[in-house]
Amino acid sequence: MSQHHHEHDHHHDHEHSHGHAHSPPQPDDKVHSYYQILGVALKELLIEKGVVTADEVRAAIEARDMITPAHGAKVVARAWVDPAFRERLMSDANAAVAELGFPMNTTELVALENTDEVHNVVVCTLCSCYPRELLGLPPSWYKSRAYRARIVREPREVLAEFGTLTPDSVELRVHDSTADLRYLVVPQRPAGSESLSEDELAALVTRDSMIGVTTVRA
Amino acid sequence: MRGPNDVGGLEDGPVDPSTHELAFWEKQIDGLRGVIGAKRIVISHENRRTIEQLGHDVYERLSYYERWTASLQRQMVDKGILTQDEIDARVALVRARLADTGELELSPEEEAKCR
Repeated sequence: MSQHHHEHDHHHDHEHSHGHAHSPPQPDDKVHSYYQILGVALKELLIEKGVVTADEVRAAIEARDMITPAHGAKVVARAWVDPAFRERLMSDANAAVAELGFPMNTTELVALENTDEVHNVVVCTLCSCYPRELLGLPPSWYKSRAYRARIVREPREVLAEFGTLTPDSVELRVHDSTADLRYLVVPQRPAGSESLSEDELAALVTRDSMIGVTTVRA
Repeated sequence: MRGPNDVGGLEDGPVDPSTHELAFWEKQIDGLRGVIGAKRIVISHENRRTIEQLGHDVYERLSYYERWTASLQRQMVDKGILTQDEIDARVALVRARLADTGELELSPEEEAKCR
């Protein structure tokens, strides 16, 4: 776990030290539930019937593991240093990310730029739609009922739980993803980062900042 | 009426921002689902529909990838790719293997014999 998440955990503990019990164990922690056994049974049967091969499943897992938020971070850093690229990203995000070698599989991508006036944050209230090609698999909290329920109801409060304090003067826009439409938040380039190279900038850009629940700090 | 997945705007408690690495079985289901999606056997819209049809009780009781697994079972039966009987029989076999060897999965060598 990165330093970034430690900070969150710390903040979270501090923020909720009054009156909130620790979360109960997540269902994900259960060992060998019926559904784990069912999953193995389905995989074996589908391989035996030739519907999928073991190699295909392995390759799919490996391909997923190769995709990390570093892909999205490269897109953001390029947009920060290259105004023409930023322009293309905002007008045709699919073409722009494909240019950098991260094409979207089948979904439409829209880039959302955070400014002094507007802060964008992304959710999928119905399920877990996410720009996997740029950020990898979604984190647990993105799929949680609490986030999906509340970010559209009280976004300022939820952002505060991530340590992101937005003044009332900043307009919050919450974008609900669909199976066909995904979003990438382009966070604000942090003050004091003028002398950094594109790679150094990319290293500052976190997954959470590209979902819009945090900002980028130099 | 709201489906079990339609939670946007409802009340809930604090968001737990901690993350966990996916367990191997979760990655397996994700990979399996990816291959089945890429082959257009079950597209993502169908996957969402069967997850929504799990009903409130099941949806709320299961973890994320448990839902995907339950949903995959339903899709395979609905499409006539697998029968419920053969799934039940294989579940019993995997359970017996687990009790016997402590292993949930076949080794890659044993898996290769399945083809």
